[in-house]
Amino acid sequence: MKDVELKMLERAKALLQSGEVARVIGWKKGEFCYDPAPASFESVEEMENGFVYNWFCGANLSKYLIQMAKKEGKTAVFLKPCDTYSFNQLVKEHRINRENVYVIAVECLAKLDVEKMKAKGVSFITDVEVVDKDVKVTTAYGVETLYKPDVVLSKCAVCTKTHQVKDEEIILHERPEREVNRFEEVEKLEAMTEDERFAFWREQLSKCIRCNACRNVCPACSCVKCVFDNPASGIAAKANDDKFEEQLFHIIRAFHVSGRCTDCGECSRVCPQNIPLHLLNRKFIKDIDTLYGEYQAGEESEGKTPLTTYTEGDTEPNDVFNGEAK
Amino acid sequence: MLKIAKERLNELYAKINESMGLFIPVKKAGEVNYAVWSEGKEVSLETLKTVKSPKNMFFPQTENMMKFKQEGKNIEVVDVRRDYVEEGKLFVLFGVKACDYKAIEVLDKVFLAEPIDTYYQNRRNATTIVTLACSRPEESCFCRVFDIDATAPQGDVTTWLDNEYLYWQANTEKGEALTALVKDLLEEGGEKEVEAQKEATKVIIDKLPFSNLDLSKFQPENLNELFEAKEWEEMSEACLGCGTCTFVCPTCQCFDIRDFKTHEGVIRYRCWDSCMYSDFTLMAHGNSRTTQMQRFRQRFMHKLVYYPSQNDGLYSCVGCGRCVNKCPQNLNIVKVIKTLGGKDND
Repeated sequence: MKDVELKMLERAKALLQSGEVARVIGWKKGEFCYDPAPASFESVEEMENGFVYNWFCGANLSKYLIQMAKKEGKTAVFLKPCDTYSFNQLVKEHRINRENVYVIAVECLAKLDVEKMKAKGVSFITDVEVVDKDVKVTTAYGVETLYKPDVVLSKCAVCTKTHQVKDEEIILHERPEREVNRFEEVEKLEAMTEDERFAFWREQLSKCIRCNACRNVCPACSCVKCVFDNPASGIAAKANDDKFEEQLFHIIRAFHVSGRCTDCGECSRVCPQNIPLHLLNRKFIKDIDTLYGEYQAGEESEGKTPLTTYTEGDTEPNDVFNGEAK
Repeated sequence: MLKIAKERLNELYAKINESMGLFIPVKKAGEVNYAVWSEGKEVSLETLKTVKSPKNMFFPQTENMMKFKQEGKNIEVVDVRRDYVEEGKLFVLFGVKACDYKAIEVLDKVFLAEPIDTYYQNRRNATTIVTLACSRPEESCFCRVFDIDATAPQGDVTTWLDNEYLYWQANTEKGEALTALVKDLLEEGGEKEVEAQKEATKVIIDKLPFSNLDLSKFQPENLNELFEAKEWEEMSEACLGCGTCTFVCPTCQCFDIRDFKTHEGVIRYRCWDSCMYSDFTLMAHGNSRTTQMQRFRQRFMHKLVYYPSQNDGLYSCVGCGRCVNKCPQNLNIVKVIKTLGGKDND
């Protein structure tokens, strides 16, 4: 990973030095080895002082481009495979001007979830090293080796995504091909009885603290002002009521982004209560695939989408309701 | 010093629960938060940090304040407050860590100062707090910076937990009363074990990376300089404007009051608010803070400068590190302290 980081650093510095770009969006070192923060860098010096690319750079940088790409000069951005889908979708929705952005596609061999690591009992982490499928964690209480597939971000566990857009790429290690069924967890929920499923979501959503991190991080939630933030709407996005409102909030949000959600998984990554919100979105993706033909949001930066196109052969809502959809 | 074997803790909870409501860290859908105890719930005293702090028990995220019922031209105002002490309904808040206990002191200075917030006071008065010493602090903890001793928290009762026993020491009248209630379950002993644990934990605390943060610059006289610091822009750049830091914080105390129309009249409720939100302190003319940088700055200036300047230098951060763990973008108060706090921060 260090070799990739050095190569990225070198390229970013060259782009800044030549004046080809005015700024670079990447990740900045945090207090530990596992807490990099999204950041913009405007000089070689800033890059040298703070830039990092490691196993914990899970944050999707696409959404920052809504603001950053409006600034003067070109903006370079490092995008992982999954991030490029969000980027394309935002270009499609005219939220990012493609011409103002220079996309550097960077390799990703999955990112780690420090919360999952801590849930395995490791704490006071001082260093993390990844060798193949072993995550070697050095802590003040000793050294522990975790199995990488157990501690990757949920979004990485079933990822087979590839870069959909790039102006250049930095890929030093190819990700091994693999067969995964990303709908496996959705299928488990579908196999439940209605009561079991209701109980599952009821328990999960009752943890919601209405921080709105899922919405604010979501690249598909790019409204300038969210309807839930409108004081005249009669509802308060911040009032948590575990009986009614938060269940509807998450379901309404999932409906609102359906057909546009690229399954980037940021909602589940940021949730402080680790609610598997991505499963709501993934259920809609699966349904769209079933009802309207396979579709992956963010593969293209133009063209129509299943939910904004009408054809005479479309499934009727009644068929869906009656379980007779084709 | 008294003690109870770990495998008998359930009996202790059941005994308390016979006559009092018991709030304790409970695991639900994978996460540990304070909840009402009942038989069969998965208690997790070992969890260092609950996602939400126990402030929720005195200052719930959402609570009804009053109801209005209209009949003809008359509007009846219904007081929904409950004086739990008078009703004889008492509570125990169990397993509070030293940082979270200190946070209650921070909240007391707000809610119990004139004019007293009786909603908060009613719950506070009815509750006996049992604290639990930390034995396995982690890298995001920095309570020592605020002169908090994680190995010997205050409270009505202080407890320590090791692999075999929970050790128990009453500190106040309320604590003595609770001890008397459960005395049949407790036995004498444990001084040596508790002392040994305290010493061992202190060694770890010494090694924590944030144990020596320098706060010296956060003084009222530096207010303008801190407010104008150019570093706020960069520190807040990645802020999502979500409320995670505020809602997991044990000392954040802002709330909003709203009315909600129901079939049986109007309910006036309050709910936690976040200075990170775009509609925070929204006024008729618009918002007083129009950028995320200003909102971000408000939060940390409040904790490190405004609050202490009004409360004899008491900071309204207790170093629990929840924001360090939970910020989706890894921004946090430690970065602010390191950037603006003083020359001894590296």
